[in-house]
Amino acid sequence: MSFILRRLVFYVVAAWVALTLNFFIPRAMPGNAVEAVMSKFPSLQPSAYRALEAMLGVGHAGSLWHQYWTYIVDVSHFDFGTSSSQYPAQVSTLLGETIPWTLTLVGTATVIAFLVGTGLGIVAGWRYGGALDRTLPALMFLQAIPYFFFALILLELFALKFHVFPVGEGYAGGLIPGWHWDFIGSAIYHSLLPALTIVLTSIAGWMLQMRNVMITTLGEDYVIAAQAKGLPNRRVIFTYAARNALLPQLQGFGLALGFVVSGALVMEIVFSYPGIGLLLLGAVTSDDFPLMQAIFLVITFAVLLANLIVDVIIVFVDPRVRVREATR
Amino acid sequence: MTVTLAISPDPTSLATEDAVPGRWRRMPTKAKVGALILGFFILAAVIGPFVTPYDPSYQNPSPALSMAAPSAAHLLGTTQTGQDVLSQLLVGIRLTLELAVVVGVVATALSVIVGVAAAFLGGIWDELLSLVSNVFLVIPSLPLLIILLGYLPQKGQWATIAVLAALGWPWGARVIRAQTLAIRNRDFISAALETGEKTWRIIAFEIVPNEVSLIAASFVNTVLYAIGASVALAFIGLADLNSWSLGTILYWAEGQQALQLGAWWWFVPPGLAVALMGTGLVLLNTGIDELGNPRLRDASSASRIAGHRVRPTAPTPVLQEVVQRRTGLARFLYSFSRSSLLDETEAGDTL
Repeated sequence: MSFILRRLVFYVVAAWVALTLNFFIPRAMPGNAVEAVMSKFPSLQPSAYRALEAMLGVGHAGSLWHQYWTYIVDVSHFDFGTSSSQYPAQVSTLLGETIPWTLTLVGTATVIAFLVGTGLGIVAGWRYGGALDRTLPALMFLQAIPYFFFALILLELFALKFHVFPVGEGYAGGLIPGWHWDFIGSAIYHSLLPALTIVLTSIAGWMLQMRNVMITTLGEDYVIAAQAKGLPNRRVIFTYAARNALLPQLQGFGLALGFVVSGALVMEIVFSYPGIGLLLLGAVTSDDFPLMQAIFLVITFAVLLANLIVDVIIVFVDPRVRVREATR
Repeated sequence: MTVTLAISPDPTSLATEDAVPGRWRRMPTKAKVGALILGFFILAAVIGPFVTPYDPSYQNPSPALSMAAPSAAHLLGTTQTGQDVLSQLLVGIRLTLELAVVVGVVATALSVIVGVAAAFLGGIWDELLSLVSNVFLVIPSLPLLIILLGYLPQKGQWATIAVLAALGWPWGARVIRAQTLAIRNRDFISAALETGEKTWRIIAFEIVPNEVSLIAASFVNTVLYAIGASVALAFIGLADLNSWSLGTILYWAEGQQALQLGAWWWFVPPGLAVALMGTGLVLLNTGIDELGNPRLRDASSASRIAGHRVRPTAPTPVLQEVVQRRTGLARFLYSFSRSSLLDETEAGDTL
């Protein structure tokens, strides 16, 4: 269990670094966020300056430590201030509306891509140089395509040309969000194309990594011994090779998650999917700093939490980690 | 028979031929393809801005040239305001590649410094530097890049380079630290320490030269990251929107509804260029990997037995089984091949 505990401490440190960065970036950056907003809207009265300062938290009330402490307390209450672009909406309300969309879409698609990619990697590693293995360069091409560009192409083909899927948005217009089948069905239908984008572009990464680890594992003596004993291939592949090859794959999952999430955010913009990515775009185009910063924090915390879950899974899946802990 | 050939180069070919073409021929196919793709883009980046048929920013007022499909005068068509897409693309490749290479150099230098320092200083410094790189690895970079760039008053090329380089080093640092720790315990380092060589000299002349392939791989990865991130940032509008990079072309295409209006010639070429550059880099890296790890080499290390690919580590296949698995056409074609003769000769017979 101390493995989990140590990881937990690490994630707490990471979360604290993110929080602190988030606090200091606006204060350390050259230029003035308030002036940026003022110059964007020249019609604003000079009296709005003070109001903006207070709203953006750059009024520097009290000492730096005092500000820092207030900031930490506010964040721990999920109080991220007021959005300046969608005034007077609270940032936390805006986040609450968009998080479920992104979480469901990115979560499901990533897990599917991971499972399918790992499965394909096992097969490609087992018969390497084979037909599946030789499709890898093509898959690498898919992986190298920026998410949002792949989304554009899929949208052009399947929505605008063949009308198989809807053109963006989270659900059909006119529906009222709620727990009834019309809405849920429509939401699933609208999420298919974005999910397909994530799966197709991220599958190659999982597959390539699993294949490489698989090939290295297949060269191990215990795998050759298992084959020499005449065990059926299926048993050699899954019980002997794949299970051992899975550990680096799971560790890689945690690290790659941030990358996948980043790509998915920009992809949402293409589909006008009502998730955090679209909210982030709105915040960027209108210089809505409180919203931008809150989104950064929320995404970081989500990725850290997912990493912690992966660590728990590693402990359950891999007896070596448990043994190492016991002998420590 | 091919196994030995692949592992140790044929001595005669080395002796008679120039070393460079020989090395090129022995490179894994993936690396060759990757290098060719990249070579094409580097060429485009070098000569591109000099051969643009038009000024990329020139807006042709002729209404016939608003979102015109590709033609002889405009090979990749025009944008909504009558700008030539090919010219924008040629200038854009230069700008994007330039940015990515500078970020790659700076971030890789940072990785080497941090990685080697952590491994050499040891103790609390190692713990601290490792912790910092691990923390920045786990924090998703794009949202952080967005707030950093969002707060910067000028979002030009150099601002993007600075921000990308500042966040691009942790992965390389981690890998290089691990490698430095491994090299540090080798005998030649102990020998150098015993002879009283200075630490900086050991690092510069003993350690770093032994990590060149790792540093190269880290550089390739960083360039890949820089291309992807800069294009994504420009796509959401966090760039100098008056300059032409692959990302800003896509930004204007998206903003002016190129997709909805069916102007594929506007947004497909820049996206395709990004994807191809990325593929080239990934292929190059995989190729380098295979060069270093013989187990990952597919075609070169697997010999063919009776037309069936067999790895050195795989158990010997039963020939009969292999032959029987062929279906009609395959068996017919196979009967012409040299290895089919092998099946028909008695075991132990020479061909």
